[in-house]
Amino acid sequence: MINTSGLSFYYGKTCVLANLDLAFHAGFNVLLGPNGAGKSTFIALLTHLKKPSSGYIEYDGLRIDQAQANIMARFGVVFQEPTLDMDLTVEQNLCYHGALHGLSKREVLRRSEPLLEGLGLTGRLKDKIRQLNGGHRKRLEIVRALVHKPSILLLDEASVGLDNQSRAQIINYIRELAITSSLCVIWTTHLLDEIKLDDHLVVLTKGVLVASGTVSDLISKTQVSNVSDLYISLTSQGALNAI
Amino acid sequence: MQSKAYLIAFQGIFLRELRRFFAQKTRLLSALVRPMLWLVVFATGFRAALGVAIMEPYGTYITYQTYITPGLCCMILLFNGMQSSLSMVYDREMGSMKVLLMSPLPRPYLLFCKLMSNAMLSLIQVYIFLLLTNLVDVDIDIIGYLYAVPAIFIIAFFLGALGLLLSNLIKQLENFAGVMNFVIFPMFFLSSALYPLWKMKEASLWLYWLCQYNPFSYCVELLRWSLYNQTHLNSLSVLMPITIITALLALASFAPKAGAKR
Repeated sequence: MINTSGLSFYYGKTCVLANLDLAFHAGFNVLLGPNGAGKSTFIALLTHLKKPSSGYIEYDGLRIDQAQANIMARFGVVFQEPTLDMDLTVEQNLCYHGALHGLSKREVLRRSEPLLEGLGLTGRLKDKIRQLNGGHRKRLEIVRALVHKPSILLLDEASVGLDNQSRAQIINYIRELAITSSLCVIWTTHLLDEIKLDDHLVVLTKGVLVASGTVSDLISKTQVSNVSDLYISLTSQGALNAI
Repeated sequence: MQSKAYLIAFQGIFLRELRRFFAQKTRLLSALVRPMLWLVVFATGFRAALGVAIMEPYGTYITYQTYITPGLCCMILLFNGMQSSLSMVYDREMGSMKVLLMSPLPRPYLLFCKLMSNAMLSLIQVYIFLLLTNLVDVDIDIIGYLYAVPAIFIIAFFLGALGLLLSNLIKQLENFAGVMNFVIFPMFFLSSALYPLWKMKEASLWLYWLCQYNPFSYCVELLRWSLYNQTHLNSLSVLMPITIITALLALASFAPKAGAKR
């Protein structure tokens, strides 16, 4: 679904992403890395908010400059920072987003109803964003990202700042959605407890690709017993030097 | 994308700007209080000192309040243009700009919608102010109100585009205070908003030339003449290309930034 080839990004002389060759398919993909690994920059490149220094990205064989409208319509994105309009209501935020995707108010409300229900926001349409707590705002951002029926859902550290219960609810909802809707989900995180054995894992450290594959495959290859050990093994200085 | 999608997007962007404008209740109030203070306090105080001789487009002697009304309308447009750029800087810092830029519609079109929405909001504020000027005996007939619509729109669009361009040059919200000192005040005071340029010429030749090269002077004159049912062709011929160039520069400044080359 998404392929990157030789993807690099530099801020001045600082290398943020180095020569990434990656593939993401439908299902739950985890982009794992510590703060500063280049995850957010990678998301910005995928979503055309930034252009790479070199290399390219293909979406089902198409590049962004060949079919921008087509490709951008496929994305649903939950950014790391809050992007809801605090002065507007839940409904107005959803309608604004829908309008940017050419959806009428009626269509937005029709589509968002089951999503709001699934994420526990039923009956909150008329609430101002300021009235929602952090967990509800994040859920609303997910609803908004899904309302135009994207085929690729990007969530950049979507669970940061949430309590454990909210985190678990959100991640379970997204996992289920990835299966039922054949959605390509890219979930970026630095939290190891959000990873499951059948996830497709991509590990970045300091902009370098450290590993890519199914978590269970990577565990058996590196001969460790769990995700935590896998991560330590992949990001140890010796392993990084070998790369 | 279908043409209907473009219309829906424009409607969505305009409604958002409108709702935000009315949600921030002090914004409308300050947009009106500022020029009203100039009109009621400043103009009354300086009325005697700054008598205005018969000049075009006025057919007779006018009060100082009447003279500065077009300049104060342009002041509203200037502040609103800069206010919208402030909100763009805020949107960018808060991340909500990304929501706009993630739309499948062409980026220049989305920013054009932003400019149009801003121009329409400015139009509303200017007409509320013009209605209030009747309280201080500023006499503009109803045809003048209608005749001025395109002029106000062009000026609002130009100043909005200038604000948009500035918003991309300003990296942080804190730096926006500099815009007040280095853009708004010089543009306003170095123009024909408060005094006719021939008076400025008598007082200082170099200041007069600065005023002559200030596009804001052309905004003021275009509006002044249009409020009296006339088109100031000189101002229009200067403003149209400047508006187009500024808008194109503003739109280009929102292209995705490429990483440094190695």
